[in-house]
Amino acid sequence: MDLSHTDAENAFRAEARSWLRDRVPDRPLPSLETAEGFAAHRNWEAWLHADRWSAVSWPSAYGGRDADIFGWLAFEEEYYAAGAPGRVSQNGISLLAPTLFDHGTAEQRARILPPMASGEVIWAQAWSEPESGSDLASLRSRAVRTDGGWLLSGQKTWSSRAAFADRAFGIFRSDPEAARPHHGLTYLMFDLAAPGVTVRPVGRLDGKPAFAELFLDEVFVPDEDVIGEPGQGWRIAMSATGNERGLTLRSPGRFLAAADRLAALWRTHGDPSDSGLRDRVADAVVGARAYQLFTFAYASRFAAGDTIGAESSLNKVFWSEYDIALHETALDLLGPEAELADGEWAQGYVFALAGPIYAGTNEIQRDIIAERLLGLPKGRR
Amino acid sequence: MRFVLDAEQREFARSLDALLTATGTPSVVRAWAAGDHGPGRALWSRLADAGVFALAVPETYEGVGPLPVEVAVSFMELGRHAMPGPVVETVAASVLLSVVGGPAAKEWLPRLSSGAATATLRLDGPYALDADAVDAVFTVRGEELWLASGPGAFRVSADPARRLFSPDDGGTLLARGTHVAEGARVAGDWAAFATAAQAVGVGEALLRATVEYVKRRTQFGTAIGSFQAVKHRLADTLTGLEFARPLVYGAAVSLAEGAARAGADVAAAKLAAGGAAYTAARTALQLHGAVGYTEELDLALWLRKARPLRDAWGTPEVCRGRVLAG
Ligand SMILES: Cc1cc2nc3c(=O)[nH]c(=O)nc-3n(C[C@H](O)[C@H](O)[C@H](O)COP(=O)(O)OP(=O)(O)OC[C@H]3O[C@@H](n4cnc5c(N)ncnc54)[C@H](O)[C@@H]3O)c2cc1C
Repeated sequence: MDLSHTDAENAFRAEARSWLRDRVPDRPLPSLETAEGFAAHRNWEAWLHADRWSAVSWPSAYGGRDADIFGWLAFEEEYYAAGAPGRVSQNGISLLAPTLFDHGTAEQRARILPPMASGEVIWAQAWSEPESGSDLASLRSRAVRTDGGWLLSGQKTWSSRAAFADRAFGIFRSDPEAARPHHGLTYLMFDLAAPGVTVRPVGRLDGKPAFAELFLDEVFVPDEDVIGEPGQGWRIAMSATGNERGLTLRSPGRFLAAADRLAALWRTHGDPSDSGLRDRVADAVVGARAYQLFTFAYASRFAAGDTIGAESSLNKVFWSEYDIALHETALDLLGPEAELADGEWAQGYVFALAGPIYAGTNEIQRDIIAERLLGLPKGRR
Repeated sequence: MRFVLDAEQREFARSLDALLTATGTPSVVRAWAAGDHGPGRALWSRLADAGVFALAVPETYEGVGPLPVEVAVSFMELGRHAMPGPVVETVAASVLLSVVGGPAAKEWLPRLSSGAATATLRLDGPYALDADAVDAVFTVRGEELWLASGPGAFRVSADPARRLFSPDDGGTLLARGTHVAEGARVAGDWAAFATAAQAVGVGEALLRATVEYVKRRTQFGTAIGSFQAVKHRLADTLTGLEFARPLVYGAAVSLAEGAARAGADVAAAKLAAGGAAYTAARTALQLHGAVGYTEELDLALWLRKARPLRDAWGTPEVCRGRVLAG
């Protein structure tokens, strides 16, 4: 049982720290949920990529640094501690890329990963549909076989960043006759600018327009953009949800940095006689440390070759509720100033509010914890 | 980094679990609560043979320690089985004596390590746990370490298996000086740490018993464990415990390294573990319904422990203060 780092890990961390110190913009970029901010963040991705910091855990052949999970965690800690910009290419790097490493072809990896890492192609995830949220397997958008590929039709929704993104990946019903709803689905990638695609931005709670719904009318997708075998879409997609709920979506670095900033805010703005608030600040500090250590334990098992399944649901429930509590505490500390919508904490708060909804709602995650980790009987869904 | 137990540590946990299961602690706990220390002392010496009380004693005093990770492992098992007695206090007394050194350490540590003697202690709190059941009651006042002359006045705890005493000041003066105050500080950290580990074990036992119960108990023609309100409460209980456990091991690593942040890490572990165990108790009681509200069900032994363990050796208030002080 140890928490020590190797010399190589320390050197890697130091290199990341000094790079970030030189390059992180002095002033925050405009919100990546706006057209202007999207472009600025895309530029930042190109900067990161130029020195191979955009996907440190990828093989160097694709522009990464071959970092193992501990290296990646260290990078993330440094990244957020440095106050670096949010990652506009996150869907691609943390959701699509792992799927391509596991299920894609060599040709797909060579073609898709480098422009993903440089921010040249930004990806959107097109899973949800108006009638299919928690019950994702009920999705109805279709993929119909045609010469050399597939024609996609239907409607996708709640697609983060899709208003400005270049391409999207999603699951489609390719065999409506399949015996069970989970069967007969195909996972594929398509161009958001392709003929037949209409993108309608949907303003979020914070008024920012990068969210979108997608209307698809016989959109052609060539065979080389199918991921894995046709009909196997559900299985392939589910191997990515573990990533989404688990580490890659929210590494501890983000919360450690936020808890540090909250503790600093308490020292400058806090009323020492307000023990209620003081307690919540302390809880935020403890929560970030708990999440970090939980992750180290999880990563140690992962590095030793264990597969990690339903535990990612524990992770998801923890960070999403933690994030809201942390931001609520900051807003309470700020008092009337908290209402100012452009404040960093206010923006973080509105974003945190979505945490228990996306990546599988927390109700669904609690079902998974109860049934798969505690062995309780399945209830009616 | 390898932030997981190694094979030997996991085997240690398994062997303690087997030993405690074979003994069947509920009857031991009930006897202890009634003032009959015989079965508890017998189990104590089996645990000592397994090495539990040598873990915090340095080799110079015939121990094998300090081994905080193993202390965490064993105290999680002790909590899981509701082991009664001043287990935490004996470990903390060992740490105190090993810092203080001198004749008191030479006299007591080898015996505490082997299980030949048991001890309790009072640092800055009002009570000494189970002072009528032990061979030595140590008290610290400022820079003075005393061996109390007797257990003092008895007070009933919310957990009848925790017997509280207020030992009189005085007795035999064992040591005096800044090293006593330093020893008391370190011993306090170890007491909080071992209590945190014990609380995780208590919480796990409560969760496990409740999961088994809700699978068996039917209402409205179905197992109550298939109701979402029930499931979700148990899922939250598991989440609380699973995020407290790494804090306990993190504190163990800090204690092993003598890190400057050890005090804050212990406080974080104590806060989270105490809270998670207490939540587990509230959940267990609620989901058992009225049968949970009876003394007859063994569950009561764990239920009554959760709240006192949350507050002993560092209330949430105190722990939060330490966390923010860094
Ligand atoms: C900020 C944000 C970003 C998103 N980004 C993307 C994206 O990029 N791509 C994408 O495909 N999707 C995205 N989503 C969609 C997200 O995945 C869905 O919102 C989510 O799966 C829930 O589906 P729903 O909104 O249809 O809610 P519903 O499934 O209709 O659920 C509504 C409520 O009912 C509860 N509920 C439903 N079923 C059960 C049940 N069996 N037991 C108990 N409670 C239940 C839910 O927990 C929820 O509280 C995003 C959502 C948000 C908020």
